[in-house]
Amino acid sequence: MKQRKQSFYNSIAGYLFVLPMLLTTMLLTIIPIFLSGIISFTDWNFITGLGNIHFIGFGNYEELFKDEHFWRAMKNNLTMILTVPFSMIIALVLAVLIDRVTYFKSFFKVIYFMPFISSFVAVSLLWRVLYHPTSGPINGFLKSIGIANPPLWLADPQYALIAVMIIMVWTGLGFNMILFIAGLQGIPKDLYEAADMDGASKFRQFMNVTIPMLSPTIFFLLITGIIGSFKVFDLVMVLTEGGPAGSTSVIVHYLYEVAFVNLRSGYASAIGILLLFSLMIVTVVQWFGQKKWVNY
Amino acid sequence: MQTIRVNRVLVTVLMAVAGIFFIMPFLWMLSASFKPELDVMKYPIQWIPETWRAIENYREVIFGTVPFGLYYWNSIKVTLATTAFSLTISSMAAYGFSKIAFKGRDFLFLVVLATFMIPSQAVLVPQFIIYRWFGLFDSHTGLMLLGASGVLGTFMLRQFFMGINNEIIESARIDGANHWSIFCKIALPLVTPGLATYMILRFIWTWNDYQGPLVFLRSENLYTIQLGIRKFSDMHGEFYSLMMAGTVIAIFPLLLIFIFGQKYVIAGVASGSVKG
Repeated sequence: MKQRKQSFYNSIAGYLFVLPMLLTTMLLTIIPIFLSGIISFTDWNFITGLGNIHFIGFGNYEELFKDEHFWRAMKNNLTMILTVPFSMIIALVLAVLIDRVTYFKSFFKVIYFMPFISSFVAVSLLWRVLYHPTSGPINGFLKSIGIANPPLWLADPQYALIAVMIIMVWTGLGFNMILFIAGLQGIPKDLYEAADMDGASKFRQFMNVTIPMLSPTIFFLLITGIIGSFKVFDLVMVLTEGGPAGSTSVIVHYLYEVAFVNLRSGYASAIGILLLFSLMIVTVVQWFGQKKWVNY
Repeated sequence: MQTIRVNRVLVTVLMAVAGIFFIMPFLWMLSASFKPELDVMKYPIQWIPETWRAIENYREVIFGTVPFGLYYWNSIKVTLATTAFSLTISSMAAYGFSKIAFKGRDFLFLVVLATFMIPSQAVLVPQFIIYRWFGLFDSHTGLMLLGASGVLGTFMLRQFFMGINNEIIESARIDGANHWSIFCKIALPLVTPGLATYMILRFIWTWNDYQGPLVFLRSENLYTIQLGIRKFSDMHGEFYSLMMAGTVIAIFPLLLIFIFGQKYVIAGVASGSVKG
């Protein structure tokens, strides 16, 4: 009897403890995602009120597949994924050097981490000035080392995406590096001792001990990095607003424009749902892929 | 031994050179904010200004036509309240999900975890509509609520709570303590490092949030610093010295918190949390 009372009390207490969290998640995420699914089948402008809702079936999705603007944004997002392995490789090298062979470890950690904690708005404004095509310090430097016609960066459709990607690497590197350092510190020292005894060179040790032991971290950074690159919004919004000539347009920025500038709620929701599915596919593919190469 | 030392010094120097790329833009920003406008874009760069205009620049930013002080105050208010709100909700849920056995717990936790996958942009439109229905649109309360549902915080703090020995909680239960007093008096003090970590991260994320205020605020007197600085740059686009002074001011609290709490920030990130 006492046991029963006890478990009843536990249930009530448990629900009460998680209730505030459940309510906010319900209101802000779970209900909205279902609504988003429903709205994506309508041709609706939320300003006009619920009375003007028309269901148009898969109309929005059909339109999306023919929408050049959307595909260009998707292509830019896919290109941005390149920043993920790139910044992971640099971060890994830096992490190994910091962890094994430098003085002032915490000082370096702080320096490389600074861009990650600074707001994207401030960082974007700063880089917009640094990238200034005629009088910015970057092109000033390039000219001083003899490059007569340096790229116009954000003003040039050919270079704008690269310019944005440079900033993405710059801001994300510290995060990758910190995780790699944590991973490195978790590798048991005797593995290296054993490898040393077997006469393995430093490089062999790195390839055969360090990399396999870091594979969970690599896997985690790959997933979060790719997902993160799909969600880049602030940077593009403040730096270029998708321009010039759509060269830096990304899915979330396009979604924002469709939803809050063109006021097409239904179409925007369809983009949101498609984004969700894309990210789910990324996660699922990687989740199954990891079994082949991740050592826990 | 001697050669290893030489290597170490060499690598340290190399790292410092590489580190310059990460710190230099910030140094340039700081230096530009101290200069008269004409010197900002001069090349070669004058790292230490030849003519100083620091006080005038910062005074113009803070007390000029754009109400920077107000935006700053709004940001502080929203950030502090969101952080407090989120910390409470997340730590309660984390305790519930780790230290109380109740029916359906694992299922509920799975549902909560799954919502973590949903990109915030996918729910922007319905969130906007719901906010209008509930009168949360264009209000600071709405913004605070936006950052308060701490799925990530719940997940992170749950790891810390799981580190607490169950026997401590059971013996307190036998002594007649209820879960609320165990939570407040025993569990929370034991996870102080976890709370500090999440508090600092939440502060940084909320302070830096741009999308939330952009979508859910309309009145200019409610703007946070991230919107304010955008507006400032639109008005003063040609005055790079003032723009840089504005960004320095916007980054300043983050820098302060990071310097004092870097141990916690790095620990939090290293424990596998994601930016969000």
